[in-house]
Amino acid sequence: MNAGRTGTAHLVFMAFGGLVLLFIIAPLAGIFINLTPGDLVSTAREHEVSASIWLTLAASMGATALFAILAIPFAWILARREFRFKQLVNGIVDLPIVIPHSAAGIALIGVLSPDSFVGSAAERIGIRFVGGVAGIMAAMAFVSVPFLVNAARDGFAAVPVQLEKAALNLGASPLRVFLTISVPAARRSILSGLVLMWARGMSEFGAVIVIAYHPMITPVLLYERFGAFGLRYARPVTALFIAICLLFFFALRVMAGRRRDAQG
Amino acid sequence: MLRVEGLGKRLGDFVMEDVTFEVAEGEYFVLLGASGTGKTVLLETLTGMLAADSGKIFLGGREITRERIQRRGIGLVFQNQALFPHMTVRKNVAYGLSGRGLGRERIGRRVLELAEEMEIGALLGRLPGTLSGGEAQRVALARALATGPSCLLLDEPLSSLDTGARSRMRALLRKLNRKNMTVIHVTHDYEEAISLGTRMGIMEGGRVVQVDTPERIFMYPRSEFVARFTGIRNFFRGRIRRDGAAGGPGTSGAAGEPGEALFESGPMVFHVTTDLASGPGTAVIRSEDVTISALPPQTSARNVFEGTIIDICRNRLGTEIVIDAGRELAALVTPDSVERLGLAVGERVYASMKATAIQVLEE
Repeated sequence: MNAGRTGTAHLVFMAFGGLVLLFIIAPLAGIFINLTPGDLVSTAREHEVSASIWLTLAASMGATALFAILAIPFAWILARREFRFKQLVNGIVDLPIVIPHSAAGIALIGVLSPDSFVGSAAERIGIRFVGGVAGIMAAMAFVSVPFLVNAARDGFAAVPVQLEKAALNLGASPLRVFLTISVPAARRSILSGLVLMWARGMSEFGAVIVIAYHPMITPVLLYERFGAFGLRYARPVTALFIAICLLFFFALRVMAGRRRDAQG
Repeated sequence: MLRVEGLGKRLGDFVMEDVTFEVAEGEYFVLLGASGTGKTVLLETLTGMLAADSGKIFLGGREITRERIQRRGIGLVFQNQALFPHMTVRKNVAYGLSGRGLGRERIGRRVLELAEEMEIGALLGRLPGTLSGGEAQRVALARALATGPSCLLLDEPLSSLDTGARSRMRALLRKLNRKNMTVIHVTHDYEEAISLGTRMGIMEGGRVVQVDTPERIFMYPRSEFVARFTGIRNFFRGRIRRDGAAGGPGTSGAAGEPGEALFESGPMVFHVTTDLASGPGTAVIRSEDVTISALPPQTSARNVFEGTIIDICRNRLGTEIVIDAGRELAALVTPDSVERLGLAVGERVYASMKATAIQVLEE
């Protein structure tokens, strides 16, 4: 829009942006280009594939739902209360983002294996972490829960504290204030945190493969097919999984957007 | 009703200390102070949003200093209303009523009663984001009243409203107070204080420095803040008369548009310019707007009073001449003019002021 030197600079920036976008889009598009709809349908019909996709979606959703109960109130505390070592606590929340995920998986096995205290206690009530769905969920939650905590914390921090004070002044209990004022007022951030956590959990590979090779989630299935049979064989499953991820992501975005509009 | 004894709170660099005052049942108590004097800290301490460091708060004889916010029974209307943005007006008003074991039907009835009283019946289905300032303020008031508080705290309730909404709100607040609701109203605006308050407290530097009736506070200011308005040494309660019979051209005209009128306060009758209708009011005149002369002045000023000087005293801003013209009237002059006019106690002088120098406030 601007003439002269700023115009030239902005053109260069836009060209850079185009390269970055191309870098993201090209490999994804490449997956779909050499594929016929028939390939996709026949792949989707394979029991191994559909089972793994359902497992991946459900395990990540379950992990997100379970941890939401713990993480959302915790995020409120982080947003509202001042306490010693708060920065340290915030740092701990971010740890899973910075450590390699295979390392995270190995660390998790340490506390969840049947020889450990937690693992053996869980085994007694019939929950198996290593090689079980519970382990997959634990690994997914470990690497993805920071996204929920951070998004919810920022959301709560943006809610005017006076709304909560006004509700208390009207005689509501702190729990009622949290459920009827804080959470609804921060719902956009919380919702986007939930979507992020779910999406991040679904795409986890490193931590899950250490804890549970079987039952097989889709990222592990892709890896196995690629390793054993090569690119041609892995490609249709990859395309299908990417398509499903995008579909859900897009649908949730639209839903969140619609609710926002309705709220004015 | 509400008694505060030696209340103190330290917040970073700000210190509120030794705040003591009492508000009687049914009183309209105005806390007046510039911004940063601790009015909001005091309100938040009274409602329990901040814990007091020292001192005691009693409400209806019961000590509530350490009582939890939700059990205090003090309603609060925030300066920015703090309406819940994700709830309709109806749900906002009903918020304090649910969770008390009242039936849905009783809550609905109470909401309708309040909506009628606060003139928000047509707004019940709306979201707060779509309301005007005055509407939001009335909703906030209805919401605070719903829980039946024994005392209502208002934090700058008129400051964000335009003129029309402001006078409507003032009328509502007066109506509420007439129904014996005890109101504590915090403001930085002395006009609000005069027109609404039956008693007031002046806050300065984290303390309540003076508690009295508005008349006495402005006549005998004991604080910098009020002294800044020393102009308002002249303070007359009386009646506005806008009927044409009052004499003089232009005394007629509809209320709402500025026009000339008479203001009667005991033996004194002032020519004033006001947009208020006939009725009770208060006239305030800054002492620097009163001119003193030794001879009957040849002036365009509509108001001329003859009187005897009863006091001459120097203050920060100049020399104050107080004359008895049926009522006490104070004028601020330079020390130089005292000498030039040979002013002395007991001398007869003339005091004059323009009609436009007299500010008439609604009662």
